[in-house]
Amino acid sequence: MLSPHPRDPAAMPRLLLSVLAIALLWPGVQLSELDLGVLLAADSQSEMGRFVAAFWPPAHQDEFLQLLAQATLQTLAIATAGMVLALLLAIPAALLASRALSLSAASRGGQPSWLGQAVRWPVRGLLIFLRSVPEIVWALLFVRAVGLGPTAGVLAIAITYAGMLGKVYAEIFESVEQRPMHALLQAGSGRLSAFAYGILPNAAAELTSYTLYRWECAIRASVVMGFVGAGGLGQQLDLSMRMFAGGEVASMLLTFLLLVLLADALSRLLRGRLA
Amino acid sequence: MSLRLSGAHLQHSHSVHALRGVDLTIARGERVAIIGPSGAGKSSLLNLLATALPPSAGQVEVLGRAPWRLSARQRQQLRTQIGLIHQAPPLPARQRVVTAVLAGKLGQWSLLRSLVSLLYPLDIPGARAALARLDLADKLFAQCQQLSGGQLQRVGIARVLYQAPQLLLADEPVSAMDPVLAGHTLSVLCQHAQREGITLVASLHAVELALAHFPRIIGVREGRIAFDCPAAEVDQPRLDALYANQQLLTPTPPSPAPSLQIPRC
Repeated sequence: MLSPHPRDPAAMPRLLLSVLAIALLWPGVQLSELDLGVLLAADSQSEMGRFVAAFWPPAHQDEFLQLLAQATLQTLAIATAGMVLALLLAIPAALLASRALSLSAASRGGQPSWLGQAVRWPVRGLLIFLRSVPEIVWALLFVRAVGLGPTAGVLAIAITYAGMLGKVYAEIFESVEQRPMHALLQAGSGRLSAFAYGILPNAAAELTSYTLYRWECAIRASVVMGFVGAGGLGQQLDLSMRMFAGGEVASMLLTFLLLVLLADALSRLLRGRLA
Repeated sequence: MSLRLSGAHLQHSHSVHALRGVDLTIARGERVAIIGPSGAGKSSLLNLLATALPPSAGQVEVLGRAPWRLSARQRQQLRTQIGLIHQAPPLPARQRVVTAVLAGKLGQWSLLRSLVSLLYPLDIPGARAALARLDLADKLFAQCQQLSGGQLQRVGIARVLYQAPQLLLADEPVSAMDPVLAGHTLSVLCQHAQREGITLVASLHAVELALAHFPRIIGVREGRIAFDCPAAEVDQPRLDALYANQQLLTPTPPSPAPSLQIPRC
């Protein structure tokens, strides 16, 4: 019954969820065998010290810089081509998977009919499958199929990132205000036109930001995949590390820093234009 | 026959009865105002007529068809002939006014035309003409977020005028406008309905505006129709009964504007 000072009904669930989160995190720390003490052990410190000391000065011979420029361009090309292929798959998949495009939801208070939900599930399942296999595994697979070189990296990025982009796009569509879209549907508009006029204007900034962030991730991923022979900066980095050429490693890390800075600046610029 | 409700119930998810057994018939070309206290079910009634929501029980017939017995495609076809003006127009903040107005005809345009028009507005004169009737032509290329509440409401009305539906529904269409502008805007809507011979149903907070602009008044209270009569027969006792227990909160404000506007409708 009503008491004079009713407690916030959300308080108990919040408390329970916090306790649950801690109870789940603690075994996680145990299972991952995290032991920060090992960083402070004397021999591992001197080992790391030697490796890092070799970083200075960064390598800057003309020949090496030329190689670096070429590898950087290749990395950028792998990341960009992979993203374009991923988008070709992710955009239709996101439109199919998102509840935001549900016609039935417009007249059911935002809740799509069970049939609509059932039809969306296979697409969600496909997206889950695509991103559940790490890109490095796809890369290893494709290196066997198409041989060493950038093609394997492009395909690996395309597949994994299609899964990620599709899922997040679908959720961004659902997270913006749905009333403009529903109003257009109630005036007889088709779903895709209603989406373009009702959802896209509100979602554009977030979509751009997420896409550019993923592009940045694709650059990093293409570097990692270089280690398994998928070309680009990663392959060079692998070679330099094997030869203990610390200066070259340092130059390449600086290049990564520049690339990420570039992606960040671009994202900021585009968001500013769209906001 | 433009609209017919028989025994229409509407129940929202939390078992609140928004409408209880409403019977209503509105002929083609009629102009009807719906009045009643807040939470009486005015918006629910309009949403039912706009086919935005299916009734929980009872029958709805709009423009001679039963929308909830049609296929989804046919219902979308029917909906292109229904225009609903929202109290808070659901327009994306960064959308330009011209695009927001042109969106009224999306149901009649092909997908390709809609998408091209998103890049370059394909019917600028049409959008300008719709806005000009509401004295808003100068805002054609402004963003919706730069407009005031009353201006946004007028953009929402311009969109529905551009849609040119057979059935015009309006949910508190002038609630964010000053009395003079509200009267003028209502008279634009009434003139449009009269000239095109289409049906106009509007819910209104201001009783004087309803009486001044609409020949037929429906009073709604607690999800039921309290009275349904010509404007001339709406007297003080009926209004007192309709707004009972709200008397202290909403004394009818003296407003000179409507009397100025009567001849325009």
